Amino acid sequence: MKINIKFDYTFICKAVLHEQLEALGLEYKLNNLGEVEFQKKLSALEIENVKEAFNKYGIEILANPQNVLVERIKDVITELISDPEKSRKYNVSSYLADELNYSYAHLSSVFSEITYSSIENFIILKKIDLAKHLIIHEDFTLTEIAHQLNYSSVAHLSAQFKKTTGLTPSAFQRIIKKRQEIE
Amino acid sequence: MPLTVMNIVLADDDEDDRLLFDEAISEIDVKTKLSLFNDGKALMDYLVLPDTILPEIVFLDLNMPIKNGMQCLKEIRANDKLKELCVAIYSTSSSEEDIENTFVNGANVYINKPNSFSALKKAIDKVLKINWQYHTSALNRDNFLLRL
Repeated sequence: MKINIKFDYTFICKAVLHEQLEALGLEYKLNNLGEVEFQKKLSALEIENVKEAFNKYGIEILANPQNVLVERIKDVITELISDPEKSRKYNVSSYLADELNYSYAHLSSVFSEITYSSIENFIILKKIDLAKHLIIHEDFTLTEIAHQLNYSSVAHLSAQFKKTTGLTPSAFQRIIKKRQEIE
Repeated sequence: MPLTVMNIVLADDDEDDRLLFDEAISEIDVKTKLSLFNDGKALMDYLVLPDTILPEIVFLDLNMPIKNGMQCLKEIRANDKLKELCVAIYSTSSSEEDIENTFVNGANVYINKPNSFSALKKAIDKVLKINWQYHTSALNRDNFLLRL
């Protein structure tokens, strides 16, 4: 047996939005032109929840172009420093400029404006984040990690780790181990 | 996502410390909305209310009457709704044992109460900005430890 149906896309989209937003218990208003207005500022967690709820239906939250550029900068940095070969070959500023087709000065100023932090700081944060991962999960020695993340020496890696986290790599490792023991 | 307004809470029983913190955070270029609590119990009662907007960072003094910072930290980590919160311990204690103990129990940040206003401002500024990177970038938040 077959039946014929007819549907209204706008109606369906609105119904989905209402259903999802109501389920999240947020006060909102649907404006025209794909705009959702919330009665209060959402926390980062709530925004994540909205994103997740929308994603199931292929609905994306559009960001402004500067935010998109910042995300791309972060992605390129992540890709570069996760690849030991590449990160030895290229210098980050020229690699970013080449990949994203903007001058480094432009990228740097957009990044600082949006994140209140510099590209250089982000690179350090990201490298230390990777170092943490390698310390915990891969059981690499610091010498191996320093090499992989393109530090000139173990001393340099340790110093940057301490400066960024306030902890030595070994104290960090000890804390995470103890955490896992109580869990 | 742009840095708009960050919700921050501080639980500290010392009135002067609360005032100083409020003043310091208001001078930082990141826009924040600060809620203050006099003790750990008032803070926890607030966090578990169903319509509370969860803060981006909870600053906790360790030594407080009624419910101390360590108890709050443990309750936050044991509560499904709260366990992802970023918790910064804000204490006068500089004992290595205390510090390590708070990290082991799930603190993300440990700040020794600085003895100057400018140092306090600098410390808060650093915590807010690094925490924001953790919120918005693919950084592993389980490994977010920072000692200042």
